[in-house]
Amino acid sequence: MGVARTTTGTAKGTTKKTTKGTTKETTKKTTKPGMTMTQKILAAHAGLDYVKPGQFIEANLDIVLANDITGPPAIREFAKMGRRKVFDKTKIVLVPDHFTPNKDIKAAEQAKVLREFAKEQKIVNYFEVGAMGIEHALLPEQGLTVAGDCIIGADSHTCTYGALGAFSTGIGSTDMAAGMATGKAWFKVPSAIKFELTGRPGKWVGGKDVILHIIGLIGVDGALYKSMEFVGDGLANLSMDDRFTMANMAIEAGAKNGIFAVDEKTRAYMRAHKSKTTTKQIKVYAADRNAAYDEVYVIDLSKIRPTVSFPHLPDNTKPIDKVGRVKIDQAVIGSCTNGRLEDMEIAAKILKGRKIADGVRCIIIPGTQQVYLDCVKLGYAEIFIKAGAVFSTPTCGPCLGGHMGVLAAGEKAVSTTNRNFVGRMGHVDSEVYLAGPAVAAASAVAGLLIDPAKL
Amino acid sequence: MGKVYKYGDNVDTDVIIPARYLNIADPAELATHAMEDIDQDFAKTVKKGDIVVAGKNFGSGSSREHAPLVLKVAGVKAVIAPTFARIFYRNAFNIGLPILESAEAAERIDADDEVTVDFKTGRIRNKTKQETYQAEPFPEFMTKLIEKGGLVEYVKK
Repeated sequence: MGVARTTTGTAKGTTKKTTKGTTKETTKKTTKPGMTMTQKILAAHAGLDYVKPGQFIEANLDIVLANDITGPPAIREFAKMGRRKVFDKTKIVLVPDHFTPNKDIKAAEQAKVLREFAKEQKIVNYFEVGAMGIEHALLPEQGLTVAGDCIIGADSHTCTYGALGAFSTGIGSTDMAAGMATGKAWFKVPSAIKFELTGRPGKWVGGKDVILHIIGLIGVDGALYKSMEFVGDGLANLSMDDRFTMANMAIEAGAKNGIFAVDEKTRAYMRAHKSKTTTKQIKVYAADRNAAYDEVYVIDLSKIRPTVSFPHLPDNTKPIDKVGRVKIDQAVIGSCTNGRLEDMEIAAKILKGRKIADGVRCIIIPGTQQVYLDCVKLGYAEIFIKAGAVFSTPTCGPCLGGHMGVLAAGEKAVSTTNRNFVGRMGHVDSEVYLAGPAVAAASAVAGLLIDPAKL
Repeated sequence: MGKVYKYGDNVDTDVIIPARYLNIADPAELATHAMEDIDQDFAKTVKKGDIVVAGKNFGSGSSREHAPLVLKVAGVKAVIAPTFARIFYRNAFNIGLPILESAEAAERIDADDEVTVDFKTGRIRNKTKQETYQAEPFPEFMTKLIEKGGLVEYVKK
């Protein structure tokens, strides 16, 4: 709507259009703006034909998710709500993935709370250690999240499922409890920023580099309270694993959700990953042609370089060509951001026949048991172990300084995880450099941050 | 009357309560670690009725409800910032930690100023500087939820 003003690029290969000063006032009486993908999903789940930004609605939920950290407080709040049973035992998903396999006695007690609640409530989609994967890698793989869903999860990276064309957002434990009790959640309808992706990413550039680039561009609160909607011809050049990585980090720009237009790749993914435990209805929502956006960014994927976020904020990004000499002590490849099979494949390509540098600990953690098994079958596990990396079963562990790779004072890690806040992976004086699997694997071999092409 | 603790932009939930303590279930024990990665003195010196004033995007990062909870349990009466990360905003509201959005107050108030807050009107009074600031009002929907006694009570009914 209105006339878009195109300004010069704020970064290489990027143009920004603003739609301020639109014709809203003059056209208000006769036409109303169309809806974004997110607004359409929220309207449908609230039983409304139309919603507008700022409107408060109560939406029906398709999935309500929690883990071993956020689940126990939610279970305590649920008990206070006076309901004996959850609203639908097939729509609650409980995944003990953060401090599991139990890292200590206290963590074991928390996992036990989750387990016992799941048993008592006959929760169908409870994933015990052995079936457990990192929640945001696991749920799409299990077919529990599909296009058109409205999902809340007591974990900030719940926004991952937007890759499938779902509305999906993180909430806290009390909201989770209310969701378990009623099957509903209240939302303020968000406005949106549109990202029109064009071009094809270069070699060793993946979804992680694209999303770090975007966060660097708009800042850690650049999309605060808003949706990030990803559309455009460039989508065809991004795999589903790339898209999961990108949607996953929408929260690192402050967004309420990230969402991708559905295409043939999305449909193929959903066909290949159908739930065995729950009946899911796929519904594809496209944004209206006259949908209103606060801002529009055109991102040329071919111009993006492998990108690294320096301590201590995800928006502190640098292209790999400008990182200087940063020696690392540890490399972590995995997490809900980059623990999928393609990430493992990229790491394997780089580590094949090479050795981890002296003085570097390389920890590779597949996101799910299926990814783990695929790594074994495809020979990646052998490549990792022969290179001198640790190759473990799924856990969130090191990403949040829990276990399986906590940093000491003064240590530096390159990590495919999602946050590089002060103390995130361990000691308050340690440092985390966020990158994609290609940069992380190459850096593990070089012992310092390096362009994979220069290895 | 509360004493002010002042912090910068993007105070994230990992510094409000580091994940290494998230295996602790007892809120009082958790609160002894509040803010320790950016302010080791906070948990030792904070008193009931004190106020946290910070820069934009307060509470960014994780969805952990433990973050607003430790501030509340530590005695913090209110957090004032220009903007809050959205999950923190919801969580603070749900667990009963009052938060106020005011860019002017966040900029003008300094550490150790004495400040009073009227949550009904959103008026923030800085006694030290003899100034008054007006916070953004809560949306009507949220005011109704507060009147019903919060989300837990709302669900009960």
